Amino acid sequence: MVAEGADEPRREWWASEDFWRKCAIFVTGFMALVLVMLTFHTLTVIEAGSEAGRVPAYSVINHRIGYEFDEQRNFAVPVIGPPAPLFGEMLSEEEARRLVDHGKLTVQARNCMNCHTLLGNGAYYAPDLTKAWLDPGWGNESAREILMTRFLDDPIANARTFGTGRRMPDPNLTEAELRGVIAYLKWMSAIDTNGFPHGFTPLPQGPLTGGGR
Amino acid sequence: MTFGRLEFASLRIGQKLAVHYFAVAMVLFLAQMLFGLLAAWQFLDPAFLFGVLDFNVNRMVHINAMVVWMLYGFIGSIYWLVEDEAGVPLVGPRIAKAAFWVFTVAVTIVVVVYLFVQSGPGDAWTLWLINEGREYIEAPRWADIGIVVCMLAIFYNVAGTFLAGRWSGISGVLVLDLVALAGLYLAGMFYTTNLPMDQYWWWWVIHLWVEATWEVLVGCIMAWGLIKTLGARRRIVTTWLYIEVALMFGSGILGLGHHYFWIGTPEYWLGVGGFFSALEPIPLVAMVVHAVYDAGRHAFRANNHPALAWLIAHAFGNFLGAGVWGFMQTLPQINLYTHGTQWSSSHGHLAFFGAYVTIIVAMIYVAVQRLRGNVWMSAGLQGGWRWKWALGLTHLGMMGMTVALLIAGYEQSFVERAIGGSTWQAYFEGQTQPWFVEAMWWRMAFGVLMTFGVVLLLWDLVRIGVGEKRPMKVVGGLDDVEETGSGPVPEGSAAG
Repeated sequence: MVAEGADEPRREWWASEDFWRKCAIFVTGFMALVLVMLTFHTLTVIEAGSEAGRVPAYSVINHRIGYEFDEQRNFAVPVIGPPAPLFGEMLSEEEARRLVDHGKLTVQARNCMNCHTLLGNGAYYAPDLTKAWLDPGWGNESAREILMTRFLDDPIANARTFGTGRRMPDPNLTEAELRGVIAYLKWMSAIDTNGFPHGFTPLPQGPLTGGGR
Repeated sequence: MTFGRLEFASLRIGQKLAVHYFAVAMVLFLAQMLFGLLAAWQFLDPAFLFGVLDFNVNRMVHINAMVVWMLYGFIGSIYWLVEDEAGVPLVGPRIAKAAFWVFTVAVTIVVVVYLFVQSGPGDAWTLWLINEGREYIEAPRWADIGIVVCMLAIFYNVAGTFLAGRWSGISGVLVLDLVALAGLYLAGMFYTTNLPMDQYWWWWVIHLWVEATWEVLVGCIMAWGLIKTLGARRRIVTTWLYIEVALMFGSGILGLGHHYFWIGTPEYWLGVGGFFSALEPIPLVAMVVHAVYDAGRHAFRANNHPALAWLIAHAFGNFLGAGVWGFMQTLPQINLYTHGTQWSSSHGHLAFFGAYVTIIVAMIYVAVQRLRGNVWMSAGLQGGWRWKWALGLTHLGMMGMTVALLIAGYEQSFVERAIGGSTWQAYFEGQTQPWFVEAMWWRMAFGVLMTFGVVLLLWDLVRIGVGEKRPMKVVGGLDDVEETGSGPVPEGSAAG
């Protein structure tokens, strides 16, 4: 039985309902305010092509993308190199945005994220796509575009399962969708992810100033 | 009232609605289990249903069924307590009923489209009609709008009923929390090309639901549940609720930053997210202390043993699954290796189960007791083995899966990230290691075990109290009957 009744002793301030109600309101309001302020700042930083350089402009797909160790930050960061247009076409910022956009829409429409991860978010049945463009699995930079196109065109015939038996179902991409997806992956690889995934080693890249693709 | 018989007709309007919501929730729970088993089996035999029901479809239905059935469970719980707490009947029963049917028909259509259409061309129409392709909130845009409309109808009923009746600490927190919960969903309802921008707002929905507003919502349900099952004193549970809100929002709102380590967002999130999310277990400890203290204070004399057992399971499960398993990988120094591996899967399984499955099941037991005419559900319950075995099997199954996935996650972060250099080759090396493969078999086995537990649980929910002739045990001291606030509505279970 609970013996406390109407004649219970006065409560200390720290045990009172009123104090904690005020506390809950104040803490919630304050934290929400801080979050909103940080959000305003973050949104300007992660604008594509903003000065902060963390999220590249979509026209980055016109360039070579390297991945080099940054002594000061102590992890590797994407480095934008000289022109190396995707599919041999230099695109304007708007054309590039539309191509990447088509790729992102396609990745969402085919529900890629429920097998793969993008920036580490998604499902864990298939490899992370954050640095897909730079993955050493493509052999070298000159073969990459052809191999990626061939794989996405028929992932079952070109499956490499590394002994897991896990194959990618055929997403039946149109040619425009396929190009969009590759553009989207190329753009994604140039996002500065604070060194995620850990210790990633890109495919062999010569000196970045050397041109090529 | 007849003990042990179905007393549906004598329920209040909100309670009848709650029974509807609970019934759909349990059907979806079973669906979640079945699609989880299919996806788990595909890890072991990737050719299984390849090209028919691929992993991404099964996994999407698995997690979406979960999100939706938990929402059903929460809405059911709120409808169950709202009239009791406000002391007046529901203000808009017709709108509330319409919202239930609209919501349920919408969910059915979404699932049918997921299973039979699966995906569409890479344009905006697919996002509007088939699938948005964003984990957890894949529901197409038309359904998003439908969900918002239903939520407004529910909110109108909940807030309106409290306005028409009386307010309490629990209802005040509940209504404000629902405003935040519904408002946050809007953050997930737009499309942008910019992936970091996309994921920034996406986490506002996922994190600020699961690690903030849902937690506060279950805090309200827990407070009400302890008053009802134990006769705990209202002033004590309300004070605890405020403490939990302060701690939960104090840590959880900026704890959002632990999702902003690696998505292109500025480096200050490493510090902000790491620090505040490391504090997130503290409110969960408070909830354990609170629940166990109250239960002990009342010497575990409860009028509903299964409900109290699941409430206690909630307190510990929330702390262990959300708190400990979350803390294990929340610091950026660790998360760099574990983000996007089976660690997350391990944490996700135990956290959703411990924090949310448990408390919804507890509320359903509270409802079932009333549905059977406020029948005896304390010691010596007829057929009491069923709820105990269901509790044991589900928990054993879930813990087994969690530990198996954690071992897989350790192995994956070690082989793929720490040694392998995070390439695709390294990923597959991790996936083929014997430790990983064996862990996936264990996960499968424990998943089957848990499914048996869930089936037994559903059977028990349908059968418990049948044939029982004793009335519900009276709980709480006579001197605090007034404070337990069962209100003017006569059926209040703690009124003695």
